[in-house]
Amino acid sequence: MRRWMMAALCLCLGADASGQNGRVLFEGGTVFTVAGEGAGEIERGHVLVRGGVIEAVGEGDAPEELREGATVVDCSGKTLMPGMVDTHSHLGGIGGADGTGPIQPGVRVMDSINVRSSGFRRALAGGLTTLNIMPGSGHLSSGRTIYVKLRFFPETETQPAGPRTIRDVFILGDDRRPMGGLKMANGTNSIRDSAGFPGTRAKSAFLVREQFIKAQEYAAKWDAWNAKAEEGDDPGAPPARDLHLETFVDAMNGDIVVHHHTHRHDDIITVLRLAEEFGFRVVLHHVSEAWKVADEIASFEGVPGPDGEPWGAPCSVILVDSPGGKLEAIDLIYETGGVLEKAGARVAMHTDDWITDSRLFNRMAALAVRAGMSREAAIRSLTIEGARMLDLADRVGSLEAGKDADLVVMSGDPLSVYTKIEQTWVEGVKVFDRSDPEDLFYAQGGYGAGQDIDPYFCCYDHLMKGGAQ
Amino acid sequence: MRLLTAFAALFVSSAATPQDADLLVYGEVVYTMEGGELNAIEDGVVYIEDGVIQAVGPADGTQIPKKAMETRRAAVVVPGLIDPRSTAGLTGIYNQPQDQDIIETSKPIQPELRALDAYNGRDELVGFLRAKGVTTLHTGHAAGEAMSGQLFVVKTREGSVGESVLVETSAVSATLAPSALNSGGKGPGTRAKLAMILRDELIDAQEYKAKVDAWQAKKDAFDAHTPAEGESEPDESAPKDPGDPPSRNLRLEALASVLSGDVPLLVTANRAQDIDTALRLADEFGFTLWLDSGAEAYLVAEELRAAGVPVFLHPTMARPWGDMQNMSWTTAGRLADAGLTVMTQSGYEGYVPKVRVVLFEAAIAAVNGWGFERALAGLTITPARVLGIDDRVGSIEIGKDGDLALYDGDPFEYTTRCVGTVIEGVVVSDGE
Repeated sequence: MRRWMMAALCLCLGADASGQNGRVLFEGGTVFTVAGEGAGEIERGHVLVRGGVIEAVGEGDAPEELREGATVVDCSGKTLMPGMVDTHSHLGGIGGADGTGPIQPGVRVMDSINVRSSGFRRALAGGLTTLNIMPGSGHLSSGRTIYVKLRFFPETETQPAGPRTIRDVFILGDDRRPMGGLKMANGTNSIRDSAGFPGTRAKSAFLVREQFIKAQEYAAKWDAWNAKAEEGDDPGAPPARDLHLETFVDAMNGDIVVHHHTHRHDDIITVLRLAEEFGFRVVLHHVSEAWKVADEIASFEGVPGPDGEPWGAPCSVILVDSPGGKLEAIDLIYETGGVLEKAGARVAMHTDDWITDSRLFNRMAALAVRAGMSREAAIRSLTIEGARMLDLADRVGSLEAGKDADLVVMSGDPLSVYTKIEQTWVEGVKVFDRSDPEDLFYAQGGYGAGQDIDPYFCCYDHLMKGGAQ
Repeated sequence: MRLLTAFAALFVSSAATPQDADLLVYGEVVYTMEGGELNAIEDGVVYIEDGVIQAVGPADGTQIPKKAMETRRAAVVVPGLIDPRSTAGLTGIYNQPQDQDIIETSKPIQPELRALDAYNGRDELVGFLRAKGVTTLHTGHAAGEAMSGQLFVVKTREGSVGESVLVETSAVSATLAPSALNSGGKGPGTRAKLAMILRDELIDAQEYKAKVDAWQAKKDAFDAHTPAEGESEPDESAPKDPGDPPSRNLRLEALASVLSGDVPLLVTANRAQDIDTALRLADEFGFTLWLDSGAEAYLVAEELRAAGVPVFLHPTMARPWGDMQNMSWTTAGRLADAGLTVMTQSGYEGYVPKVRVVLFEAAIAAVNGWGFERALAGLTITPARVLGIDDRVGSIEIGKDGDLALYDGDPFEYTTRCVGTVIEGVVVSDGE
């Protein structure tokens, strides 16, 4: 059933792939460029795309010279916004660290992902184009995350449609290596009655500090060996590599961002204390109680970011429909986004899929608006703010010339329940089209559309039985 | 924040004296839902006296007594929302053993457990739902054991159950789904075995019921018999005193009321094959079947319609995995199109969100083919009729309970806020 559908689907997508080489012009609709400070709303604008990159964005219709040979996507009465960026997803049947220990930063989630998981089709239906896929919950550090672009290839004579391997969705950094961050957690998430795991918050912080200090010593050893080698001396055998410590060193060097699960106000402050001590760049994830310490978060400077400005303590917020379900989310409120915005903190949203559904990512921002966040900040929280948290703000998250041509065409207001996501484009290729019955199938669900591989969390059974999480 | 909520609650309950159960509510639009239709009244008014609706109509032209009383205004006024299948009040916010009463895992079959005896009307999640406009819950034991217990119907006002109860035993919850296999109560290991133990139990109940009915018939005959005048010899044919009744068995008693049709069996099933098993059992034992969850109900809509089974559809935003992996956002609309009675529900959740908001679940179904009117009916008059409480709640009509939900816009819109919840004329929440 599923194989047949995939085959049928790629026939349609194949026909749409013209945008890859030619020009595609989106015009006639409201455009949220999300460039600059606000949401960059243009009442009637156009976006011209060529070779997977945005060539021009402007008001009104495109000038004649740009229209030449372009395939026009009529967006009259519709809304155009950047492909959405999800800073925290568990799609792809992921698995990270296992139950053997609380700190396993060397484990890479990229080694566990099934790129054919139906969840990715739902993410495209939700207008998501860039994801930070994280290893699962329940550890102080459960491993390296991976930043992916939801590319979707047409069928060929020898290959079915879609991404074929994890390599097809990598986002490569300047060093040509796949980009990603490091997942960490504190609070009750990683406290458990199991050998080696912490039983208290103080023990959690101690275990993490102990490993970071080991990583400092490990880095010093390597620095000394490298210095010797550079000076032309015989440095002897290199120090033994340690994948876990190596990852912590990457974080302390600022090469990767720490994505830190943290809910309770005191846990949030603990994260900031550790970030200060070890100089890593951090994104605070979930932050159910950030509203209690919004000023502390907003005024935190931290180490310099890639642009030389203080990295700060950006927050990636999740709103679930009700508070509770676990002790650290008792005081979760819809107001968090708005309170952080007013305090001056940076705010993105995330699905935490499967916690919330990727098809409804825009709904979360709308719930934040329901409780006081500005519409502009809400639209930014779905796009550019997340891009910045993944070091991708120069490539995705806004509609600006030179950036990746990742766009979403919607039927109306991005924050309305009545709005449908009609098209999703990644790097100039249409990867979701609601008018295509097979895409609609994944957008709505139905027989064969569901999750084919469940994510692995070490504490998963425990969670679903409603235990003391 | 929670302190504030507690404070507000104190304030509200102190106002809940009978003479305060008079209220005047103006709405830019009032949807009465009478007869299952919106019946939109522009610039409408609802007048509640002593907790009961006394007038509803256009503000201009509706007779309202001239006296001082509390007045509320809102953009949209609808009947207080009914959550057709919930675990609120049994699924505490903390998710710690001491506040989790949705499932008893000591045995697979325990229909004798009453939700009434577990419900905590002061749980914060009940308050959370109240602040979203939910005034009535059909709540109780979750799926997850072959027969997990009873449900009941209760108003969401804060406090002990008491006068808030509308129906003491509204349904018995049974499960024909993988969650009942190898469950905490050492449930059966396969689907076939699960069906067998349910049949076994229902057959026990048939025998128990036959025994009780036979005794009752004898007792009735004995009580009805009066010896003829002047007869001195004992009449051999006269009914005998049947003696003590058979000893009571609460488990079989609960099932006997299912078999007699007094209490429906709310069967959780998602796969089409499991739904079919539920229909087969209903045929065999003649009980009233209500389908719970029903992720694949669209595959057997015709069979469900023919059997007259109402569907308490899973939360629209449930996760599409396990035996729900084939669920669709369009199911409510498709079932309604096929002529079925359908309602969305908030369901049961072991983790987060610990309770779902049935209004939100209905909204997603509404915009995926169910439509505004049918979705709003699914939150009000439809469950009221199915649950047999439509003489009290479910629509804004004279003589019904003064239960209202007030919104500052389209109730289904993401950014709309609830601005007031009224139970029997008392403002029990100022909303969000």
